[in-house]
Amino acid sequence: MKMNINLKNRVAIVGAGLTLFRRRLKETPKELAWAAAKMALESAGLELSDVDAVVIGTAPDAFDGIHMKGEYLADGSGGTGKPVMRVYVGGGTGVFTPIAGWWHVASGLFDVVLAVAEEKMSPAMPHPQSVFAHIWDPIIERPIGPNLIWIFALEMHRYMYKYNIKKEDIARVSVKNKRNALDHPAAQLGAKITVEDVLNSEMLVYPVQRLDISPVSDGAAAVVMVSEHIARRITDSPVWVEGVGWSLDTVHWTGRDLAYPKYVECAARMAYKMAGITNPAREIDVAEVYDPFDYKELHHMEGLMLARKGEAPILTREGITERDGDLPINPSGGLLGVGNPIAAAGMMKVTEIYWQLRGEAGKRQVKKPVYTGLAQAWGDLMQVGTVIVLRAG
Amino acid sequence: MVSLLSDVAIIGVGWYGFSPVTLEASFREMAFEAAVSAYEDAGDLDPRKDIDAFVTCEEDYWAGISITDEFMPDQLGGVLKPVYTVAGDGLQGIASAYMKIKTGLFDTVVVEAHSKASDILTFHEIMNFGFDPLYTSHIDAHPYYLAGLEANYYMLTSGVGREHLAMIVEKNKRNAITNPLASYGSKLSVDEILEAKYVVYPLSVMDIAPLIDVAIVFVLATKDKAKKLSDNPIWIEGVGWATETNYIETRNFGEALYARIAADMAYRLAGIEDPKKQIDLAEIDDKFSYKELMHVEALKLSNRYSSHLDLERGEFNRNGPLPVNPGGGFIGIGHGLEAGGLIKLLEATLQLRGEAVGRQVKGVKRCVVQSWRDIPTATGAVVVLSNEEV
Amino acid sequence: MDEKVRLKGTPIKRFDETITVERSSTAKYAWTAGQAISRFLVELKKGKLIGRRCNKCRRILIPPRMYCESCFRATDEWIYVEPIGTVNTAVVSYITTTREKLEKPLIIAVIEIEGTGGSGLFHYLEGVNPEDVINRKVFGMRVKAVWKPEAEREGSINDIKYFVPITGGEEK
Repeated sequence: MKMNINLKNRVAIVGAGLTLFRRRLKETPKELAWAAAKMALESAGLELSDVDAVVIGTAPDAFDGIHMKGEYLADGSGGTGKPVMRVYVGGGTGVFTPIAGWWHVASGLFDVVLAVAEEKMSPAMPHPQSVFAHIWDPIIERPIGPNLIWIFALEMHRYMYKYNIKKEDIARVSVKNKRNALDHPAAQLGAKITVEDVLNSEMLVYPVQRLDISPVSDGAAAVVMVSEHIARRITDSPVWVEGVGWSLDTVHWTGRDLAYPKYVECAARMAYKMAGITNPAREIDVAEVYDPFDYKELHHMEGLMLARKGEAPILTREGITERDGDLPINPSGGLLGVGNPIAAAGMMKVTEIYWQLRGEAGKRQVKKPVYTGLAQAWGDLMQVGTVIVLRAG
Repeated sequence: MVSLLSDVAIIGVGWYGFSPVTLEASFREMAFEAAVSAYEDAGDLDPRKDIDAFVTCEEDYWAGISITDEFMPDQLGGVLKPVYTVAGDGLQGIASAYMKIKTGLFDTVVVEAHSKASDILTFHEIMNFGFDPLYTSHIDAHPYYLAGLEANYYMLTSGVGREHLAMIVEKNKRNAITNPLASYGSKLSVDEILEAKYVVYPLSVMDIAPLIDVAIVFVLATKDKAKKLSDNPIWIEGVGWATETNYIETRNFGEALYARIAADMAYRLAGIEDPKKQIDLAEIDDKFSYKELMHVEALKLSNRYSSHLDLERGEFNRNGPLPVNPGGGFIGIGHGLEAGGLIKLLEATLQLRGEAVGRQVKGVKRCVVQSWRDIPTATGAVVVLSNEEV
Repeated sequence: MDEKVRLKGTPIKRFDETITVERSSTAKYAWTAGQAISRFLVELKKGKLIGRRCNKCRRILIPPRMYCESCFRATDEWIYVEPIGTVNTAVVSYITTTREKLEKPLIIAVIEIEGTGGSGLFHYLEGVNPEDVINRKVFGMRVKAVWKPEAEREGSINDIKYFVPITGGEEK
């Protein structure tokens, strides 16, 4: 792969939209996609007729209960009569959708692309967890009867064991993110809680407790991505896509180093190389790091090389990752606070960096001036990292 | 939109299967075999070093696995590399890879799609699960009712008769006889075909392409890489894809608008103004016999409502002026879920390389390849290929 | 977007607050196990654990596959391995797959199979207390597979009932 000197076209994000994130929303998946897409277009001052192509991101079909969910969502996402493509990397899809949007524009094929992510987990019966039963190898893993929380607990416990990390240091992430979410208008679980609350919450799969986990949610998010000449015409403050990266590890997760997300490192290296970033801890001003579980924020900070291995809990304990800290992580409130409609949650992280870099995050705006931000997601069988680096124009 | 021709080339192809049942291999083992062949064909590439990104095309419910992309990197050599899934047809995967190469960041991109249709015990029930859960799920019928509705409408407005559908079946099954990759070739008369039992009027079992298991891998590269690695690069001159609408009530029955929009985009990129003159061979989606006629018109290879007249004159025969599905099409070869588009792309690539054993058409320089995502979608893609560098 | 923006979406507490349409899919499959996993299952039924060796990276792959994902080449030979390993990580589950409370908690572990160069299996662990998991005493512990009686085996990963610690003095 080559350096960014070979890139032919720059791509900017010029609009963003979100719906509420809630346990259950009355709207259909199509209506949610439409609400987010409409808000994104309006904020960019563009109309549907300006859109050349649509990229859709959504995770398992079984949540919404529709085979070929991308086809179903096409209309609500503004894709009627247009080139529409759905991309899919499990939980990493939300950040991957604008990455795919990037190459639609950077290829020179399209000028205006709408990237829409939607997830409606509430329809799945008897519980969305039953959908996760089908993510395993059907022959050699599914017969054991695995629960999704098992694998994360296995990974979390290995991480704690290897670096001798205390549960209370991990719980601080949940406390921080739920507090940050109090200022997010989409948030499902913004709350003032303490480390003790997390440690006293229901034990599900040791070491995972109820308040370590993001909720099940419905929601949608969207961004508008345009070529440089359109961006210059319609806005004074475009947010440029400077780096994209993604990486998928082997499906045989039981043979991997569970204490370190190598796949996130590979994805980050790809994005940093493209963005010309050599010292991420110094050059990234604000980051939205994937946090479906509290330990995951720490794990991913290390994979992104924002913290040294085993040291993300120390940065968290010292308050460096708070909104007024030196390296604010998840100022939105993350998945733990805002909610986790899978693909939409990843895209929510991209919208947060977009608003942070434009100085439009209101009470969530981080204290220090920010020019370069990062959003990251993760998914499949603890296997994929997706990274996007954005810069203020 | 700006584009240069001959920026992106196909430099390697590989496949496994092309068989109604493949009990000897899992879908992962099938994809591995296809990948090994494709990398060898591309000039002995080592995917661990020489490939920049990997695209797989699949849908969860076809695999019976939620988040089925989990299972893809290992057998393609893509572990810890940029791998992702397009939940769409193989030609959409090709379009995705094409865009990535056009950005300037990627030199070599692999596209994989497979069908393990023989693993699926309830194909039509799953297909029904693709219909809108609120507006159309109350119709408790075989999902091919939608094809029946469309076929009836198209036949009524265009003057196409059931004998024309039978002529498509006759042509494609006959073409398949000499194609070593085809599973469903046979010599049948139009009269014999017309005697077959209806599934949904006006369509009989003969009008519906059967399924096969297959894994197909393509290697795409920039012009520089292609010239270094390949003796016979096939240039991708244009790509296009489109979704008309998911609402079946508001679709333009009888017109295949998705194919028209996709073709317009691909032709524009390829600089094609008169497809009838500039295209030598067409691989057209024939999951249902009538669709071949509709799609030929949508791609402007026949005038509207006159493709059946061109068919009657033998224009689409293997030795005619515009061969359509000379390898047998889906009706003769079998169709392979999201690998469908790649089955057609493979046929066109082999024709352009002069390697289409048993079904080679002479003097082919430019092909158009088209696919549709089957019931209940109105989504399709088009690719224009050439063996001449521009 | 600041915190005062009003976003679209109508929260509801329960589905009976709105009109719902119930639909279930009848999705059924007969997954082809393929070369590697078919042999693996046949050997499990015999009470044996088998892997495939890659002669380039020298790893023994369990579960077996006909290709080495690391070297991207066909694997070379079948190798039996002892169903013995060390605990890489373990957890205590208090809930079922659908999140109901379990009466007796389950212990689940990833076990590194000895001599394979990194292959792991995930399975149940018995013969240890939840406390041993919580205080991480089980990490690095040597364990062995306990098989179902031969008559009950059916060619499944569940032909191994669970793993148990290898107690002092006991050897393979």
